[in-house]
Amino acid sequence: MPTKVERWKDETYGMEIREHLERFAQEGFDAIPEDEHDAWFERFKWWGLYHQRKGQESYFMMRIGTPMGRMTPEQLRTVGEVAREYATGPVSNPEFDDAYADFTTRQSIQLHWIKIEDVPDIFDELESAGLSTIQACGDSWRNIVGSPVAGRDAEELLDVWPIVEELHDRFKGNDLYTNLPRKWKVAVTGDRRGAGQGDINDLAFEPAIKEIDVSESDSEARQTASDGSEEVPGFNVTVGGGLARKEPRLARSIDVFCRPENAAEVAAGLSGLFRDYGDREDRFNARMKFLVDEWGTEKIRSVLQEEYVEYELPTAGQGLREEYDYNAGRADVPGDYVGVHDQADGRNFVGLSVLVGRMAAEDVIELADVAEKYGSEMIGLTQRQNVIVGDIADEDLDGFLEEPVLDDYSPDPHPFMQGSIACTGTEYCSLSIVETKNRMVRYARWLTDNVAVPEGVSDFHIHLSGCTASCAQPQIAEISLRGMKTRKDGEAVEAFDVGLGGGLGENPRFADWVEMRVPADEVPGYIANLLEVYESERDGEESFRSFVADREEDELSSLAEPEETSYEDPYLGNTKMTWYPYAEDDDMSASPAPTNANGEPLPTDD
Amino acid sequence: MPTDVHQLDDGAWISVNDTREVTVSDLWRLAGTDFCACRLTDFLAEGFVEVGVDGANVEVRIAGQCIQCGESGVTDWLTLGRVEPETADFRPVVPESVHRPSRRRRHATSP
Repeated sequence: MPTKVERWKDETYGMEIREHLERFAQEGFDAIPEDEHDAWFERFKWWGLYHQRKGQESYFMMRIGTPMGRMTPEQLRTVGEVAREYATGPVSNPEFDDAYADFTTRQSIQLHWIKIEDVPDIFDELESAGLSTIQACGDSWRNIVGSPVAGRDAEELLDVWPIVEELHDRFKGNDLYTNLPRKWKVAVTGDRRGAGQGDINDLAFEPAIKEIDVSESDSEARQTASDGSEEVPGFNVTVGGGLARKEPRLARSIDVFCRPENAAEVAAGLSGLFRDYGDREDRFNARMKFLVDEWGTEKIRSVLQEEYVEYELPTAGQGLREEYDYNAGRADVPGDYVGVHDQADGRNFVGLSVLVGRMAAEDVIELADVAEKYGSEMIGLTQRQNVIVGDIADEDLDGFLEEPVLDDYSPDPHPFMQGSIACTGTEYCSLSIVETKNRMVRYARWLTDNVAVPEGVSDFHIHLSGCTASCAQPQIAEISLRGMKTRKDGEAVEAFDVGLGGGLGENPRFADWVEMRVPADEVPGYIANLLEVYESERDGEESFRSFVADREEDELSSLAEPEETSYEDPYLGNTKMTWYPYAEDDDMSASPAPTNANGEPLPTDD
Repeated sequence: MPTDVHQLDDGAWISVNDTREVTVSDLWRLAGTDFCACRLTDFLAEGFVEVGVDGANVEVRIAGQCIQCGESGVTDWLTLGRVEPETADFRPVVPESVHRPSRRRRHATSP
């Protein structure tokens, strides 16, 4: 039997939700019939609106999808202006104040405290700048991820930006793919770094070269070999990756090589296959990874060939995986884009560290102004929650690097500040078990002030996720933190399961979970103790990831002990029981929500 | 009038008569269960897996783990609360009091 969500989607879904959204916006939040809240909140996701958690009724998170995280400075300014005007709530955040934008691990932007009454004006502002919230959440094609510097990367195999634009245009607002059984996450990678992180996506195009018989070749062939074959750049196709719900999967090859001009057809075929054969009776079993588990890759390939694609699919080509160094945990190269990098055209792109991905609206606007001042035409959000400014000329570089906004968003940050990634957490999210962003900020500061970075380590990532949904991608970091609870002196406290040594690259692997239910105030002490052991016991310049990979589970579990330190955790209690963790009166009964367009409490039945 | 129940947002919520009533992350004390070897299972609710009704009671199965021993899995059926027949108001149970899961399958709805 189809789920209730499927029945709601059958009634109304996709583009048509917009007119209802605008009607409710005009009439006010309380015009949404109470007995239809669940159905409408589920549908609103398709237009990028996600209802915030208990105690914050009538407030929404809004997600803006930016393909490959790319924007123009003008678009970035619009994001900042929208955040400044609309993303303010009843109470300030003690670390971030009012009005901020969150850059996500899927290269999107999230704003909070959005009122439905403001949505039409926000849509107008975003859309007039070429931005959109369409399909940013919900059961459809999500934001396509990849390296934002495609086309500017001097080493890349292919510039995938035109392909991503084609996919974005074709699959956003397309009735055929409006209603999938579940979310559909796509990565397109054309670089040699593996910066698309395709391994954790439902569908990934990974860079590859295929020797094609000369009679089949075309102008894109790179060189002619002595045997008459030609090397064609394109993609190997993998499917069924994902991290959520303690069921992590790496995407698996279906032994298909795809020329760039065929990417849209193959993508249409695979998302059509998922639409038609994915599980609509059990949402927990609906993701592509479970269909791949059930069918196996050979069946996926044969059904794709027989039912969805009209040309004969070539077998996979030679991939570039051995060159991947993005989030690869290597000691000799950085695992992200922070810092100054050469562009293919002789200019530079500069990656700036955004602590836990959150940037004040005023800073977003200032960065857009600075980018424009230096002639940048490309802003990029990365999957490590940072931001890139492209197109800085050599002669302008010193001036750019001295801009005041870079004091807070540094191209040369301390490794603990650079590596700190966190999801939304109990500040707004219904699923999260623990507070995340503010805590990760405090962890990063304490570690920076109190823990020596092991010699030679410049890149060290700690990914903190509030629950098993894994929005901070905890399984692919040097240190993985996943929200949990435990008892300390008999009292329930927020805690973390700790994993070590995950990452992607040439040999992707998920973290080993080695220390469970560590009270949140003992995590910094654990990390300090762990790094001390790593420093003293590693083999020469051995990377942390390699250090972990070389050890058995028992040894990893006994490497270090959690410990209370001078670190103080103001969120140790149950933040989920508050209406907002940082409110002076945080009791659920003190919540002003639900509120009207002006933020004034609406009358309730109670 | 029959009670309408379902779970939402990847199991984050249980909705009763189209009102979001109970969310994850509570700690439940469970007795008389073979979920783990602890005398009392100190169970962290991480996600609602199934929901159903049994008369006036709203029943759920919850994914999570015992924070004492670390055993993880899905509980048998637990009473989440009761819908008052007169008013249709939902009265949730207190999770931290002791609950006895039942293997008896209620009239479950799909998620």
